[in-house]
Amino acid sequence: MSPFSDALSIAASVRRGERSATEVLEEHLGRIAEREPEIHAFNLVTDGPARATAAAVDAAVAAGEDPGPLAGVPVAIKDNLCTRGVPTTCSSRILEGWRPPYDATVVQRLAAAGAVAVGKTNLDEFAMGSSTENSAFGPTRNPHDTSRVPGGSSGGSAAAVAAGFAPVSLGSDTGGSIRQPAALCGVVGVKPTYGLVSRLGLVAFGSSLDQVGPFAHTVADAALVCEVVGGHDPGDSTSLPGAFPSVSEHLSDGVAGLRVGIVTELMGEGVAPDVAARVRAAADALAGAGATVEEVSVPAVTFGLSAYYLVAPAEASSNLARYDGVRFGNRVDAATTGEMMTATRTAGFGDEVKRRIMLGTFVLSAGYYDAFYGTALKVRTLMRQDFDTAYESYDVLLSPTSPTTAFAFGAKTADPMTMYLNDICTIPTNLAGHAAMSVPFGTGDDGLPVGVQVLAPALGEVPMFRTAAVLEAAAHAEGGAA
Amino acid sequence: MSFDHDAWEIVVGLEVHTELLTRTKLFSSAINEFGGEPNTHIDPLTLGLPGSLPVLNEQAVELAVRVGLALNCTVQRSVFARKNYFYPDLPKDYQISQFDLPICAEGSLELPNGKVVGIERAHLEEDTGKSTHVGGGGRIHDAQHSLVDYNRAGVPLLEIVGKPDLRSAEDARAYVAELRSVLVAVGASDGKLEEGSMRVDCNVSVRRRGDTELGTRCEIKNVNSLRSLGRAIEYEAARQVDLIEAGERVRQQTRHWNEDDGRTHTLRSKEEADDYRYFPEPDLVEVDPGPEWVERVRAALPMLPAARRHRLSQETGVPLERVALVVERGLDDLCLAAVGHGADPERTVTHAEHNLSDARAGELDPAHFAALVTMETGGELTATQAKTVLAEMVETGGAPAEIAAAKGFEAMDSGELEGIVDGLIAAHPDEWQRYCEGDGKITGFFVGGVMKATGGKADGKAVTALLQARKG
Repeated sequence: MSPFSDALSIAASVRRGERSATEVLEEHLGRIAEREPEIHAFNLVTDGPARATAAAVDAAVAAGEDPGPLAGVPVAIKDNLCTRGVPTTCSSRILEGWRPPYDATVVQRLAAAGAVAVGKTNLDEFAMGSSTENSAFGPTRNPHDTSRVPGGSSGGSAAAVAAGFAPVSLGSDTGGSIRQPAALCGVVGVKPTYGLVSRLGLVAFGSSLDQVGPFAHTVADAALVCEVVGGHDPGDSTSLPGAFPSVSEHLSDGVAGLRVGIVTELMGEGVAPDVAARVRAAADALAGAGATVEEVSVPAVTFGLSAYYLVAPAEASSNLARYDGVRFGNRVDAATTGEMMTATRTAGFGDEVKRRIMLGTFVLSAGYYDAFYGTALKVRTLMRQDFDTAYESYDVLLSPTSPTTAFAFGAKTADPMTMYLNDICTIPTNLAGHAAMSVPFGTGDDGLPVGVQVLAPALGEVPMFRTAAVLEAAAHAEGGAA
Repeated sequence: MSFDHDAWEIVVGLEVHTELLTRTKLFSSAINEFGGEPNTHIDPLTLGLPGSLPVLNEQAVELAVRVGLALNCTVQRSVFARKNYFYPDLPKDYQISQFDLPICAEGSLELPNGKVVGIERAHLEEDTGKSTHVGGGGRIHDAQHSLVDYNRAGVPLLEIVGKPDLRSAEDARAYVAELRSVLVAVGASDGKLEEGSMRVDCNVSVRRRGDTELGTRCEIKNVNSLRSLGRAIEYEAARQVDLIEAGERVRQQTRHWNEDDGRTHTLRSKEEADDYRYFPEPDLVEVDPGPEWVERVRAALPMLPAARRHRLSQETGVPLERVALVVERGLDDLCLAAVGHGADPERTVTHAEHNLSDARAGELDPAHFAALVTMETGGELTATQAKTVLAEMVETGGAPAEIAAAKGFEAMDSGELEGIVDGLIAAHPDEWQRYCEGDGKITGFFVGGVMKATGGKADGKAVTALLQARKG
């Protein structure tokens, strides 16, 4: 159980006037001052504006107004979400110093709910990576063991919650970038159904895969943040109609009668035995709570990694074209416009970003499109079909979130492929556009956190959160007994 | 340059980009308006700022569908795609366009001369900004620096791709003129070629008459008026004929029309063409207006130029090819209303064709117009007088009888006219001798003399007839 207060308790006490938002903020800023130099979760701590926001929340409470469901709750925001007037870097040199003239929809909604933004969190450059080692501003360290990575790409947001810098944070998940760091940092992380949370103001990586979601200590906090930031946004054409499913009210429904499938393909080769053992323990807990648990094969998930590394780089190569030095961000001058663009991009992007831009440019090229991008799109269809088949018999699926616990810095940087394999369990969900979340479920042999992934079909958030709530309770019971 | 048009055939296919008259841009709420201080009609999406997203403008879709239906196209489910290339005036460094699934497919356009030109497709896309190169004579290569104005970036364009069905420069001009009329009629465009709200790229090839295979084509850009369209096609065709006749081959190229020297110049060769890496735009969903919506748009379409020409021709008996100008001037309703008031159809159309070029002509009272035509056909006014009165009617909006009276126009007594003609013959025997010997040039002397004597009231035709009669 986390030693830190959760968002729901903070908001409740602030709304009742028992604690001031300012007091809550100072407590968190104190922890940041203490541990941030070691962790480096943030690219920027916005303590000044945060104090002003907290004071405004306190004034509202004093005036008898309700500041909202996240009243006085400190939140950390991944630095690829636009914040008006506040630098948004994507942990890239190319955007250093750029201040967006607008807030992302999710940032607006957090503010409208009374949350207090404390800073912008570190990430792998443009969200490309699984360890936060690709940040141009240095890596983030795992609060559980600072010799280990926090995961990525939303490593800063995961670490910020794990270190008690903020009870909740926002990340983005293109191939596992919320769930994998959540698992490695021992917190809850949610990738909602594609289209449930607005992408307006999220700096695009793979537009058809990107989705914003929360990190939290508790399943209930994660549910609340989803409900606050989610729901239709007319500014995002891929946004689904209606509000985010009401998950909070179902958290105590239990899993009796729920059908749970363990994905066979994600339990074998490449998955550490201690991690697999934790998934089986989670399955046992669910069975003990009245769910039906079986193994199920979802064959297409084995093609996930290959398809992902065609689709995501292809979209990224186009999305990142705009960083050309003409209108914003860094510019490296040269004799001609073309040379200026080349010099700017050469100096501004890190190796992994360049690698993916080149990969994506190649797969979209005339003569290769059908073989690569076209085939990847077919695999996406196949992926959906295989999941659909599984979801005819199961309400949710279970797998590890990450094949291992947090690894050491430099352990996987030599060969990109080794790093990419971290995401084999998380990628299929993004390709299918489905929902999934990671719930902490004990530790591995090394004593580091293990996350169990609960997968659900599109708009299957209610059974997903019900399952997660039962796992959370079981993990607490286990931890308490130990 | 010229060539033997009897031996060679020109084949032309035109791609016309038209800016759509929407209130806002294709994918954002920034204003769509020509001109303005540089970089004032912009917003985050127009500049391609990180995190911005496109949202499709419904008005642009409706205008595209109106054009599509007016061009007899099939309106279909369509998908936006990204066309990727780096250029400073392209803010996202990709253009959102439509690639394999355009909104309108397979249609046709009937020209005033009755020829029907196939339309391959019409698709929606966003416009680019405008670069200005400073120094080095305004050319990018030698410029000291370049300025970019993004006011135009993101303005909705409809690209209408015609089939290579045109066979002459004249046909090409007629096609663009007709297309412009259709675009204006459905409210999609202001049709201003000179301001760039319509832009024409022409694909030109030549082949020997009788050949069925198409020749290698060149695409010509920077054609900014109907006049330069005709000139550019003639020049380019002649250039290609010269090449072939000299034993060389035409290379597929994009060429730039230079208005000043009247030539086309190589812009780039297709062999080194960009690879645009098209792929479906993931930030947008497919557009599927559905048959009901399309039928509502169809029902609201105004009558189109071709239909107006057929109607005017059928209802007046004036041949189709003669009514085109009248319809182009928007005077067909006026003519039909005048005919409804009893005016002679032939004379009515003739006046509209020859004597009503004034932009205010459309405001004429049809009853007044009819009265004027009837005065003329009834012999109360000569053709010359009728023209003068008509001009005054357009100017002042007055009734023809009053204007004619004020000008002292009244039907001349034929006896009076005979007296004047006979007097003139008697006074100028030498000239009359020449007239009788068949010197046509002297006719004007007598007609002019009669006009002078009558203060212009005489009918020129009547005078000529009298002279003929006196000659015997």
